[in-house]
Amino acid sequence: MKPQMLIRIALRSIRRTKMRSMLTALGIIIGVGAVIVMVAIGHGAKSRIETSIKNLGTNMVVITPGASNTGNVRGGAGSFNRLKIEDAEKLRRESMHMTEVSPVIMAFGRIRGGNGTNWRCPVYGVDVSYQAIRDWQMSDGQFFDLRDVRARRKVCVLGQTVATNIFGEESPLGQEVILRDVPFTVIGVLAKKGQSASGSDQDDLIIAPYTTVQERLAGHQFIAQILGSANTGAEVEAAMDEAKLIMRESHALGEWEEDDFQVKNQADLADAATGATEVMTILLACIAGISLLVGGIGIMNIMLVSVTERTREIGIRMAIGARPTDVLLQFLVEAVVLSLLGGLLGVALGYGGSALVGRLTGWPTVIDGATVGVALGFSAAVGVFFGFWPARKAAALNPIDALRYE
Amino acid sequence: MAADVIRIRGLTKTYVMGENEVHALAGVDLTVAPGEMLAVMGASGSGKSTMMNMLGCLDKPTGGSYELDGERVEVMDRNQLADLRNRRIGFVFQGFNLLARTSALENVELPLMYDRSARRRDVAAAAAAALARVGLADREHHLPNELSGGQQQRVAIARALVTEPALLLADEPTGNLDSRTSVEVLALFQQLNEQGLTVVMVTHEDNIAHYAKRIVELRDGRIVRDEAVTPRGNATADLAAIDARRKGTA
Repeated sequence: MKPQMLIRIALRSIRRTKMRSMLTALGIIIGVGAVIVMVAIGHGAKSRIETSIKNLGTNMVVITPGASNTGNVRGGAGSFNRLKIEDAEKLRRESMHMTEVSPVIMAFGRIRGGNGTNWRCPVYGVDVSYQAIRDWQMSDGQFFDLRDVRARRKVCVLGQTVATNIFGEESPLGQEVILRDVPFTVIGVLAKKGQSASGSDQDDLIIAPYTTVQERLAGHQFIAQILGSANTGAEVEAAMDEAKLIMRESHALGEWEEDDFQVKNQADLADAATGATEVMTILLACIAGISLLVGGIGIMNIMLVSVTERTREIGIRMAIGARPTDVLLQFLVEAVVLSLLGGLLGVALGYGGSALVGRLTGWPTVIDGATVGVALGFSAAVGVFFGFWPARKAAALNPIDALRYE
Repeated sequence: MAADVIRIRGLTKTYVMGENEVHALAGVDLTVAPGEMLAVMGASGSGKSTMMNMLGCLDKPTGGSYELDGERVEVMDRNQLADLRNRRIGFVFQGFNLLARTSALENVELPLMYDRSARRRDVAAAAAAALARVGLADREHHLPNELSGGQQQRVAIARALVTEPALLLADEPTGNLDSRTSVEVLALFQQLNEQGLTVVMVTHEDNIAHYAKRIVELRDGRIVRDEAVTPRGNATADLAAIDARRKGTA
């Protein structure tokens, strides 16, 4: 019997019991739909995180204070902050693989606009290279330059959020903001970066020359991180190794001493951020997989009923020359067609469901072809797996008994 | 001279029912030449049904030998038996056994779907020709439940004929039909037999059996009578007589 005939027979038999077939396939429909929605949400979250990590900058290398290890008592990361401006300067001087290096000093405090509005956000003291490292465009005005840094000028650039909250529609350029009683002149506004991987607003900050921040705002000499930018993407690893050596030298660490700093790149940050969503995606996929399994059992159940109901038909087919294999294939194809149809409807449901979830929650959802393919393949596999036993039962029938079956 | 269609020697079939052995067939010898029209008769329990299953290659004998159209049946496996049924035997059952909700044409096409030798390319044309042979050319797209009992049985006969079998095997073909339709079906059998088709029918009705050329009677799993039918009925003539009588009374 030709494949297209088998499919035609299967489709006809499914059409004859529309309601029952629909209910039978419902398990698969829901299962596949759930798989697609869940994977779409997972992929959406992942791609959002990846974009925001990419938004951090280009070929970025991040050096943060490491855990202290004094007297075998291990503190958390940053518990003993030993990053210094000298480290950043040494890195800039000696690194072959990093073009740009900038220290990042953080200060917090109340901020007042010239017009009396108040705001609260972090103030970053950075070097000129920070703009290039983070690949941050200006929406208005300009970033401070080397002379501003050297002269410790009281100039700053505002993040979008800060600019709109303090100055509203007004242009902040040339206006003053007062940071801890020190007036700074706004010379630029940064372009919008949006949410970070962790969900914080990247545009809620003020950036000023690190020299000025160090002198006027921060009471102590430690810096939160040092950012560097490798020449090329391929050099990131080399730049990290190099940075480690330079930092160890700068901190005069003996061979037996552990690093008192951490060197990471964007990929590390991305891994940490996407790790959680991956676990979630796997969990959700497991739940969806179980519902597919349950759907498969539903198909097996109804196929067993169908084989019993159609015992006489099987007998007729055998009497006029159907081989056991023909009967087996007929019922197997029917089970597979049923579960594949369920899978197709499930894909449609998945698309609809993802769009709905996207609209209701604002989460980005991404459906890729591979997911759809795997879901369909899986539903076909469910059909084969759960259809086999009923089909074999049909094929094993004795033609005489099947013909006489009432 | 052509080979015998059926050659059975010492055929036995024993069923084990708990502790008892039931000898449904206790050594049967039978030869059917091409062009014969044979009625197998017997009361219930005589081994008639078992005989039918054996002749139809639906079951394997316990002992003895069976050659159908020159092929030894008792050594075949399930697949070979299926192919043999497909190509050499046309079945006609008491209950018609058409596939429900499937058109007459598609019912007739069915055996060709299982024909692995792919002798015929144009399945639909062959099925249409078979339907025309039984006088149902205008009923191709009717469903079984839209046809009368006689018409359904004729569709079943067309299905049996479509593979051009060596043997038409009918199991109580008139059991579900009224007397006029029974004669009508027998007239068709006689016609096909005239055209050279070998017909074997299992029946318990004398008035059906007398349309055959030869009667074999079974009792307790053995052949107790094997004789030519004289005088033989002419179903076509009887049918005309029945119709004339009805017209007269109407």
